[in-house]
Amino acid sequence: MSDTLGGLLTIALLVGLLALVYVPLGDYMARVYTSTKHLRVERLVYRLTGVDPDAEQGARSYATSVVGFSLVSVVVLMGILVGQAALPMGRDLPGMPFWMSFNTAVSFVTNTNWQSYAGESTLGFTAQVAGLAVQNFLSAAVGIAVAVALVRGFVRSRSGALGNFWVDLTRGTIRILLPLSFVAALVLVAGGVVQSFADSTMTTLAGHSQVLTGGPVASQEAIKELGNNGGGFFNANSAHPFENPTAWTNFLEIFMILVLPVSLTRTLGTMLGNRRQGLAVLGVMAMLWSVSLAVATWAEVGAHSPAAQAAGAAMEGKETRFGEWASALFAVATTGTSTGAVNASHDSLTATGGGAVMVNMMLGEIVPGGVGAGIYGILVMAILAVFVAGLMVGRTPELLGKKISARQMTYVALYTLATPALVLVGTGVAIARSSTADAMGNSGGHGFSEVLYAFTSAANNNGSAFGGITVTSDFFQITLGLAMLIGRLLPIVLVLLLAGSLAAQGTVPVTAGTLPTHKPLFVGMLVGVIVIMTGLTYFPALALGPIAEALV
Amino acid sequence: MSTLVPTPPDETVRAPHTHHTHRPAAGMTLGVLLRQGARQLPEAVRKLDPRHMWRSPVMFLVLLGSVATTAYAIADPSTFTVAIAAWLWLTVLFGNLAEAVAEGRGKAQAASLRATRTDTVARLVGTDGAESQVPATQLKVGDLVVVEAGDVVPGDGDIVEGIASVDESAITGESAPVIREAGGDRSAVTGGTRVLSDRIVVRITAAAGETFLDKMIALVEGTSRRKTPNEIALSILLASLTLVFLAAVATLAPMATYAGAPQDVVVLVALLVCLIPTTIGALLSAIGIAGMDRLVRVNVLAMSGRAVEAAGDVSTLLLDKTGTITYGNRQASRFVPAPGIGHDELRNTARLSSLADQTPEGRSVVDLALLQGADDHDLPSDATFVEFTAQTRMSGVDLADGTQVRKGAGSAIGAWLGLEQPREVQDTVDEISRAGGTPLVIGRKDTAGVGAVLGVIHLKDVVKEGMSERFAELRAMGIRTVMITGDNALTARAIADEAGVDDFLAEATPEDKMAYIHQEQEGGRLVAMTGDGTNDAPALAAADVGVAMNSGTAAAKEAGNMVDLDSDPTKLIDIVEIGKQLLITRGALTTFSIANDVAKYFAIIPAMFVTAYPSLDRLNVMGLATPQSAILSAVVFNALIIVALIPLALRGVRFRAASATSVLRRNILVFGLGGILVPFVGIKLIDLLVSTIPGI
Repeated sequence: MSDTLGGLLTIALLVGLLALVYVPLGDYMARVYTSTKHLRVERLVYRLTGVDPDAEQGARSYATSVVGFSLVSVVVLMGILVGQAALPMGRDLPGMPFWMSFNTAVSFVTNTNWQSYAGESTLGFTAQVAGLAVQNFLSAAVGIAVAVALVRGFVRSRSGALGNFWVDLTRGTIRILLPLSFVAALVLVAGGVVQSFADSTMTTLAGHSQVLTGGPVASQEAIKELGNNGGGFFNANSAHPFENPTAWTNFLEIFMILVLPVSLTRTLGTMLGNRRQGLAVLGVMAMLWSVSLAVATWAEVGAHSPAAQAAGAAMEGKETRFGEWASALFAVATTGTSTGAVNASHDSLTATGGGAVMVNMMLGEIVPGGVGAGIYGILVMAILAVFVAGLMVGRTPELLGKKISARQMTYVALYTLATPALVLVGTGVAIARSSTADAMGNSGGHGFSEVLYAFTSAANNNGSAFGGITVTSDFFQITLGLAMLIGRLLPIVLVLLLAGSLAAQGTVPVTAGTLPTHKPLFVGMLVGVIVIMTGLTYFPALALGPIAEALV
Repeated sequence: MSTLVPTPPDETVRAPHTHHTHRPAAGMTLGVLLRQGARQLPEAVRKLDPRHMWRSPVMFLVLLGSVATTAYAIADPSTFTVAIAAWLWLTVLFGNLAEAVAEGRGKAQAASLRATRTDTVARLVGTDGAESQVPATQLKVGDLVVVEAGDVVPGDGDIVEGIASVDESAITGESAPVIREAGGDRSAVTGGTRVLSDRIVVRITAAAGETFLDKMIALVEGTSRRKTPNEIALSILLASLTLVFLAAVATLAPMATYAGAPQDVVVLVALLVCLIPTTIGALLSAIGIAGMDRLVRVNVLAMSGRAVEAAGDVSTLLLDKTGTITYGNRQASRFVPAPGIGHDELRNTARLSSLADQTPEGRSVVDLALLQGADDHDLPSDATFVEFTAQTRMSGVDLADGTQVRKGAGSAIGAWLGLEQPREVQDTVDEISRAGGTPLVIGRKDTAGVGAVLGVIHLKDVVKEGMSERFAELRAMGIRTVMITGDNALTARAIADEAGVDDFLAEATPEDKMAYIHQEQEGGRLVAMTGDGTNDAPALAAADVGVAMNSGTAAAKEAGNMVDLDSDPTKLIDIVEIGKQLLITRGALTTFSIANDVAKYFAIIPAMFVTAYPSLDRLNVMGLATPQSAILSAVVFNALIIVALIPLALRGVRFRAASATSVLRRNILVFGLGGILVPFVGIKLIDLLVSTIPGI
């Protein structure tokens, strides 16, 4: 079978599998967040934490809970990382330096999983399991909770309440992420991923002894992909054979990355009572994702640069067991969601391919975006699109029966401003420092891309690294940490305030004068708004990095 | 523009309302516009005051950029820097010019209104009944004043005594005098109008400075203009876009330095001004002012811009039947012959019976007969007309040869003839009554005195031509029309079906109207209605758009948020369209403004970095001559497009009644796709000119 046929069949199989689980998983998640019943284990959690599961929260209260929970999580995780020497199964490793622990804690709490350390040589098993893996679950559950709260804002009419954050957090973890991760981990183990609680020593053919780093890899790998976290057990992440041994596990991991963000559009449609709206949102995501995949695949497979032509293929930085097709597919999936796991070095992607995955993140993590974050991200863009479109049909703009007036636009405007400002200001400040040039792995346009990629990845909570650049200086630990923290919490607070203002409104009935937002015309308009807004914001920066490189 | 738009005096002969009956907005030809622009130039310069500019953050930023580049151009003069600085100033000036031209049209109208507010002297009636002369400006609410023929009414008020004919042309532009009398719904008089006959006593209802005339002047002048809700929301979007571009350009400076191509302040400012939404930022206030102006041109005064916007959102229209949907009087619609009588015979006899009848019903019988082919010969001169009386309940004609013809209620004709009506005739009468019409029976006694029933004329309320098409258009726009009538449900249903309204409210009381409005609003719908009586006031106040007829009472005018100077309830439909047009214009120019940026990037980014990265020259798809000519061309285009779009901002984007989807598709195509393509052509053309300048 040729590479092309194999690549296309892989993509077809992936789409087929996603289509298969779309309805049952999406509807199941909708039931999780609309059911009034509590599981026994959940009741136990509520009793232990003193939460009244039937009390509803307004927007401010919900937002305070999210922010408070996240900040406390950062502090606790920092404590674990700094003090890991005192914990069991610490593999005799010292505590993490302070700013690295800040960066790492923020990174895992914000669902970014940017890693400025090498996992196998820095962290013990307890820190991995009780520290990082716990946040892999919770940060993903927080993302879905915020998305669900926004959907409730659209559904509810003249209501002050958005649900209960603690209930949403608990249910997302217990009913969705834990069972799915358990199954996924078993499958991964069956596929050859390591799962142990000790390193093993073996004798090589030459008679030397070699330590093979082991650990609870499969369990962490499962939630790493399902929760769109992306933080690898090993520094090489999903390129490492213990995390991702075969083409088959690679396919499975790509499926796991996409399954929740894609199915959540069904959850959205079901909760709205408007399934075509869920499909329309999926349609927008799918269009952008397909273009991105086509560009990246064309760039990686084609061997367009002289170096790649000399070598026969653009295989630098790629694993031979995956090849170009599966590497491009993984790269697009991981940057389009906020996962950030990598099975190839993005620094070594072609200029066009590297640019494509960078643009994927710049779109705001909405193709199809992180778990939950993709839904609220694209709904905010939909409000922006419907505002301009609504004016053009001569009515006060409305989306899903909710009027978009000054208050809503304030939240939406700040949301769309927040992440680009972090990326651009971060990159601008970093590039202006003379020490940055020393940290770069390359000079010229490619070096610039490394810096731009780092801040894009951090502020958008993706977490993948272009690589090349050394980010262990306090400057990068702090600025990237702040970019992750603000890039996560500020949009969430704005989304929740937006949700509150929507829930407080009545619902405008649909008439022939209402702009239908589930039809192809609006889908096209939304795609256009997303592309133009992203393009206008980042074009100058991209011109100095990937574009200048690619046009050579 | 000495008065507001005059209207035809007789409502009933007025053509059914269509877009085409609007007087085309004056001053839309290029020549007039240029003259207006030249006249307003000093005003545009005055508006450079930073305190004024601050109201539009986008244009304020351009002003700052102009100052910065000017300072730079003075320090380091070159053809390029001076040209950029000059065109940035022109950009600001063009924006101010758009606003000044829009305001200028209102000011001309205000001036003519102010001329009528002369130094009127009021004849105040004291508590003791004695008259004293006081300036009108000193009148208080509750004062009684006497106004006699030839006097100008000194302030707004209600007539408490007397009846007078009043010339209201100063307010309405309508030259025919109107009758105003104490009590009832016609008791309101407006300050600045002139009493033509008789003597009235008026109780003042509005203090000086708060009269209708004062409000009108403030409204057309735009002094009381505040940003409307959608305008505020749009301003927020524009401000955030501006900040995004500010971040993009500011951070581009260190990025450019790293790339080995440090950029001049002038170039960075030029890029920033080209990117921020200057087109819509410059035209936004002009669009709002022009929207209000368009309403004034159809003789409607909106008390706030908010009401105009709400009109675009309306999804339920409450329309009074009489005068809006129907002509308001009953007209002959068909002849139904009795058994054994020919249709022509009935038709000719009916015509004969009505030839001398000057009531609208009688005239309509003659008209219908002629339409159906009757001969147009006059009544014989020796015939005598028998007038309708309450006793006989018939009218008709006695001919010289002894033939007598009568038309009237079935029972009256039966009694006159001394005959039982044929059963078929009775059935027809019943059927017409059931359908809400009025049956008129025609009877005849021949020369021998032998009587016969000839048949029935069907009189009915006639729906104005074109109304059902109009309602279908509204339905396509998602607006339900509801007919309000005092008729019984049977009659109401018949007319509602014929007119094609979506719903009707029969035997409607003011309370019923209120209840209906509340019911619609609870369902999230915005309601518009018209009214004129005092008993309409609560409903007018409750409706989202309440249009009071100028002929109505002060209470009604106070309660509504618009006043129709023509007192034409059909206007409601125009008001809705103007509201929609206002929003569409804003949305379209916003889209156009943002879409323009694509081409500007393709002009400026390669120009900035082609020295550092020669490969970026491939982005120069327009093939612009030099980096400097490329940047200057983009700046020039950015300034000129504002001027080019002033007429569109003032006139509004053409509105067509259609579904939201088709309106959006068209506007995306024109302003979205057009907005992307037009600047590629425009910048290229400007570059061809600019590149001939030495030093560029």
